[in-house]
Amino acid sequence: MLNSLGREIPEYIEGIGKLEPFQGALTKLSKGWMDEPTIPAPNKAYLPHQSKLCKTLEEAIIRSNPHNGMTVSFHHHLRNGDILLVQTLTILHNMGIREITLASSSLNECHDPILPYLVDGTVTRIFSSGIRSELGHAISKGVLDTPVVIHSHGGRVRCIHTGKIQIDLAVIPASAADCEGNATGSHGKSAFGSIGYAVIDARYAKQVIVVTDNLVNFPCIPLSISQNFIDHVVLVDSIGDASKIATGTTRITNSPMDLRIAKLAADVIEHSGFFVTGFAFQVGAGGASLAVAKFIREKMKKKGLKGSFMLGGITSYCVDMLNEGLFETIFDVQSFDAVVSNSLLNNRHHIEIPAALYANPFNCGCITNKIDVVVLGALEIDVDFNVNVITGSEGKIRGASGGHSDTASGAKLTVVVCPSFRGRIPIIKKRVHTIVTPGETVHVLVTERGTCVNPAFPELEANLRKAGLNIKEIHDLEIEVDKITGIPAPLEYTDKIVGVVEYRDGTIIDVIHQLKEK
Amino acid sequence: MKPKIPAQSGTFESSDVIVLIEPLPNRSGRKIEISSTVMKQYGASFRQIVDEMLDKYEMTDIHLIAKDKGALEPTIKARLETAIKRSLGQQEGTLT
Amino acid sequence: MLYIPGNNPAMIQQGGIYGADSILLDLEDAVALNQKDAARTLVRNMILVTDFYDSEVCVRVNHLSTPFGLADLEEIVPLQPSAIRYPKTESPEEVIELLNIIERIEDRHGLPHDKMTLHAMIETAMGVQNVFNIASKFSRIDAITIGGQDLTADMNIIYTPDGTGIDFARKRIVMAAKASHIDVIDTVFPDVNDEEGLRRETEYAKKIGFTGKAIINPRQIDVVHEVFTPTDEEIRKAYRIVKEWRSNSAAGIGVFAIDGKMIDAPIVARAEYLLRLANVTVG
Repeated sequence: MLNSLGREIPEYIEGIGKLEPFQGALTKLSKGWMDEPTIPAPNKAYLPHQSKLCKTLEEAIIRSNPHNGMTVSFHHHLRNGDILLVQTLTILHNMGIREITLASSSLNECHDPILPYLVDGTVTRIFSSGIRSELGHAISKGVLDTPVVIHSHGGRVRCIHTGKIQIDLAVIPASAADCEGNATGSHGKSAFGSIGYAVIDARYAKQVIVVTDNLVNFPCIPLSISQNFIDHVVLVDSIGDASKIATGTTRITNSPMDLRIAKLAADVIEHSGFFVTGFAFQVGAGGASLAVAKFIREKMKKKGLKGSFMLGGITSYCVDMLNEGLFETIFDVQSFDAVVSNSLLNNRHHIEIPAALYANPFNCGCITNKIDVVVLGALEIDVDFNVNVITGSEGKIRGASGGHSDTASGAKLTVVVCPSFRGRIPIIKKRVHTIVTPGETVHVLVTERGTCVNPAFPELEANLRKAGLNIKEIHDLEIEVDKITGIPAPLEYTDKIVGVVEYRDGTIIDVIHQLKEK
Repeated sequence: MKPKIPAQSGTFESSDVIVLIEPLPNRSGRKIEISSTVMKQYGASFRQIVDEMLDKYEMTDIHLIAKDKGALEPTIKARLETAIKRSLGQQEGTLT
Repeated sequence: MLYIPGNNPAMIQQGGIYGADSILLDLEDAVALNQKDAARTLVRNMILVTDFYDSEVCVRVNHLSTPFGLADLEEIVPLQPSAIRYPKTESPEEVIELLNIIERIEDRHGLPHDKMTLHAMIETAMGVQNVFNIASKFSRIDAITIGGQDLTADMNIIYTPDGTGIDFARKRIVMAAKASHIDVIDTVFPDVNDEEGLRRETEYAKKIGFTGKAIINPRQIDVVHEVFTPTDEEIRKAYRIVKEWRSNSAAGIGVFAIDGKMIDAPIVARAEYLLRLANVTVG
């Protein structure tokens, strides 16, 4: 069946179930309630003064009733510094557990060591907002029988509420925890800031293990995760390497190209009509996207403008802007470095939020509903403004849906920034490989060779043209870029589906086919 | 025409291509090896440009190796032209 | 004026995206001796197909005394870039020889002699001494520039950030340009990370009469633009001056005052120049 963007979606997939095709960004939300029934969270009972402490992670896992076909979940707040996902899967593998469903909020290069478990059937299903590196490549080549499910950050919460992801065991690394399982990421030697993605796991998993390298006296403050959801607590030597969270994403770039794009994007924002007192702002974590914050900061100071809040993945740059009084509040669902963790801990106006409050569309309004301006990146964008952030130019899975479609759906102004081509490969295409964010939620594309406005927003286009910005028709820009790079040969795929991309409302916006290897 | 001396052009930088040319013994024809960071998307057109360039200068008994890092067409053609002319002794250049 | 090394395809292909007023593709000092041929071919190919949008394209060729200069001209002149920049110009005789060669090449290709212009670079003590004769005698020369690095080398002094050593040269070159009614461009500021230093030097250059500045990194463009672009306030004032001058002249009034200040011919001329810079016409 075709979805509303013209992508062919199967009606049913073994191992996933019935699929509902995407029918527009706000179609399901407009109903005013969620159709899918939700599953109950587990009901447990504990006697007073029971000890939850286990000597090792293995002991905790043994106590948590591991079994074939179980679903194990993790958060990705330590990003590329995480070690516990690999450790946990290795323990389960060595115990002989098979057919595991892995539900990590995202997957990074540091998780490549689990590839053998995909090959030998230890792990058979994956839910994630993003997959990269060797894992992504192997999945693209068809190493799993069941397609992976790619969801957004908000969509993951919905998946857990509806039981699409049914977590048997949640392993929650925390940089500080007490013997009862109250836990946080905001202080400790491995501090990583917000632990927002793990909150839903703690609530819904049948068994929850908190793992920390910093056992503090009871109670662990703040109670980012609270003890009433925790079954077991383990003290280990290290939960991972917090210094690897950032991996270069939090500095303002030096690349002249990215800076140029960022400057042009800031000009667009300035003249969009949304750059007003009390505006709410979100930027991505690196490259041109973060650099936009630098130019917006200068413009805000020049105009004496104060914003309302910043949201998202938070870098130290955002904290600087908060401390300068340019914004009143930060809502933090993911913190990118130590400065951010510190601010989260000490500043009342730097607020830790769970993924549900951040981006789940099925409630009385998540915070992405209140964003005015968001700046996002792209791996590819097409002439209908659909954005691909999951598959690269070679067709390999190497990115993340993350908060992209969540924030784009809420923002009054969604600005996508990217170069018009990267290493000879055009980024603007007639049709992207994989749609993650639908064009109807994208207002402007800013590249170094011109800015394109979605024709659905003629007033915005008029404002930007009046301001003298370099506005081009996206079809013209696409042709211009093709002339510069030459038209690439199309990639070849088989009929086998290796990935299914959910929109935040649970409908399927696209599928990923297996790469044909010569 | 046959290359007189080994020759090289281009750099290892992104968006550039290294072209190495060596003479081969008589009646060896053309031996062409292309590697590229964008082989899947542009490998075929790259090969075509090389063939056309070698035809233009009527080159034979030539071993040509190209290591491409996403160079655009005008760059590919420029590096090929430079390597060919250097190998014919028509231009100063360098092997290393 | 953004300098781009002529043997660097990645930088050339992005040359036009920064909004620089002009781009200089350099075949001279930015290219190693054993890559001069490669750079020449690359620059030729790139000029033929690359869209540099609103930036003018200039090419700095090698001096005719080198083995490369003539070949550069043979390759580049037929492409008719906006201008050719000639390094280490020292005498009007040199320029005559250069123009002869350029015109011969243009004749061979059926090209006019007055489309492409010439920038003369003054980079030696002798050049500084002869600068007025160089700047004033040739209709095709529409700009002169100072090459600070080479000049300090020729003078056997050390480059200092305050520019003291080349200050006389700067001023003399500016004067020659003004007397000849052509543009004059200041030398590059090499420390890419020192934005304050760049701003100070650019403001000084503007104060003593330079009409532009060479830059080596796109990050420097914004500062140079800010310094040299007339502010809205300046444009408004100039507009008012020119408008009132025109209506007063028509009514036969020669000298008048605006806000208590006498407005006479030189002030009007300056206002008209500024409006031209800002691309504003008085309706």
